Amino acid sequence: MATEKKVVAEEQNFAKNDAFNLTMIPGKFARKLRTCIIYQFIRFLIINIKMIIVVQKSH
Amino acid sequence: MARLVVMGGGVAGHTTATFAKKWLGNDHEVVVVTPNSNWNWIPSNIWVGVGEMKKEEVVFPLAPVYAKAGIDYRQAKAVSIHPEGKEGSDKPFITIEYTGQGKEGQTEEIEYDYLVNATGPKLNFDATPGLGDGNGQIGPNTVSVCTADHAVHAYSELMNIFEKAKTEKQKILIGTGHGMCTCQGAAFEYIFNIEHEAKKAGVRDNLEIKWISNESFLGDFGMGGLHMKVGGYVVSSKLFAESLYAERGIEWLIGAHVNKIEEGKLEYELLDGTIGEEEFDFAMLIPPFSGVGLKAYDKTGEDITDKIFAANGFMKVDADYTPKPYEEWKADDWPRKYQNPDYSNIFAAGIAFAPPHLISKPAKSPNGTPINPTPPRTGMPSGIIGKAVAHSICNLIKDGENAHIHEASMAEMGAACVASAGKGVFSGQAAAMTVYPVVPDFDKYPGTGRDTDYTFGEIGLAGHWIKHILHFLFIYKAKLKPGWTLIPE
Ligand SMILES: Cc1cc2nc3c(=O)[nH]c(=O)nc-3n(C[C@H](O)[C@H](O)[C@H](O)COP(=O)(O)OP(=O)(O)OC[C@H]3O[C@@H](n4cnc5c(N)ncnc54)[C@H](O)[C@@H]3O)c2cc1C
Repeated sequence: MATEKKVVAEEQNFAKNDAFNLTMIPGKFARKLRTCIIYQFIRFLIINIKMIIVVQKSH
Repeated sequence: MARLVVMGGGVAGHTTATFAKKWLGNDHEVVVVTPNSNWNWIPSNIWVGVGEMKKEEVVFPLAPVYAKAGIDYRQAKAVSIHPEGKEGSDKPFITIEYTGQGKEGQTEEIEYDYLVNATGPKLNFDATPGLGDGNGQIGPNTVSVCTADHAVHAYSELMNIFEKAKTEKQKILIGTGHGMCTCQGAAFEYIFNIEHEAKKAGVRDNLEIKWISNESFLGDFGMGGLHMKVGGYVVSSKLFAESLYAERGIEWLIGAHVNKIEEGKLEYELLDGTIGEEEFDFAMLIPPFSGVGLKAYDKTGEDITDKIFAANGFMKVDADYTPKPYEEWKADDWPRKYQNPDYSNIFAAGIAFAPPHLISKPAKSPNGTPINPTPPRTGMPSGIIGKAVAHSICNLIKDGENAHIHEASMAEMGAACVASAGKGVFSGQAAAMTVYPVVPDFDKYPGTGRDTDYTFGEIGLAGHWIKHILHFLFIYKAKLKPGWTLIPE
């Protein structure tokens, strides 16, 4: 009986070599967030605030 | 009237000169000696190297900016420092050799009251046989993105590879060309841009893209790595970097000292002592950095270069240079005032100052070859140090010897690094990283050595937008457009 394959695109690289196999690779949701305009706009504000604090602490 | 002479018109020197002139006004002179006619926003050379920006977008001519600011600009390279003057005169001076302004090859002496060495790095291609051409320039076997012209050349070579990859397999190597390199971040950004562009051009499947570097672990970045908060965990940059590479199918070879390069082939030694070879069709390897080779002489004309400069050619400042084992390194070893210990009217800013030691853990192969990244002094620290030095010198000029000297230790200073792939507003992506402080302070932050509230990294459009904004802001600031002083370093 042929087994049905469950192919998850973002998991394929794990099998490419041992080093890849031992790290973490983002799944669909994490990747989606990277280009989600609303989420990224919020992150943009947060990163900017953090960077401004770092700049202030550095002077 | 006092005269401040700034050697080097890059990130640190331009910051020092422009702020000093603003604060000193016309009562005092500011002279900039720099061999280049253009100012270059170096981080954006990466985009030039993949054809996303033209050279003209990352450079602008210095002469009109300095003319407007009232800065005396000499397109020349500094050759030697004479901190005690010469026979018959106690006035310190430097010698320069013109590279432009119609005086090419002419030499001149320029006296100073205060001197800033902001000459950045010598791109020491010849340290690795085959990386250089034997005359101090890059050789024919690899490309570089360290200058805007290098990046233009890198792009044209890359396009040849992309063209070939339409029909046959091609191999790309990106990383460091020697065991003692720094600036891994630039190569890191370039490899992700190439991968991104290869996908866009539809040739990714025919490209093997590989990272080769002197880091003992991926994500060291010359800072001994960093720890950041992700998803409720505090994780090492090793995991962060490995994940980025694995996701993109980019293999890595680390702990590698490249010791010989030929056409299409390089030889390396690994930290475990093994020797190996990699073939390539295209390679961008960052060269090791050294000081630019300035000499120094005392009043009698005796060579005192070793007194003022460290063995690597960088200038000695108020750091603790006592050799000590890694376990005894302290945040306090790092300089605060950037003043030369022998001549207090000489300062060094940016890459030009000699760090007390590495930041990454030192490592050697069993053959005794040091294979470890040297400390990065990136744009933000270079700018902050340049401004602190300008402050100190202005105070000294106005208030005399007992003036307040500004402090800017890299162990109390952060750095932001945004490695962005692609250029479209909604199609690009960046790994944005902020580290605070650059030099870890294990007494203050036991465990990671850094403040994990302000040491972070994440991937997405947000960082990409920040990279765009930084490009325009820093060029706007360097051109001294209205409100430039409000833009932080
Ligand atoms: C490709 C690349 C990408 C980078 N990306 C980033 C990034 O994203 N973020 C970041 O923070 N940093 C980045 N950096 C690092 C950043 O560019 C440097 O930290 C910064 O330029 C150092 O400033 P500096 O003034 O010390 O040296 P430079 O900016 O190199 O300036 C030195 C100046 O001195 C001049 N000079 C040389 N010899 C002499 C001489 N004999 N006499 C007088 N003048 C001389 C040079 O022509 C130059 O103008 C990147 C570097 C590279 C190569």
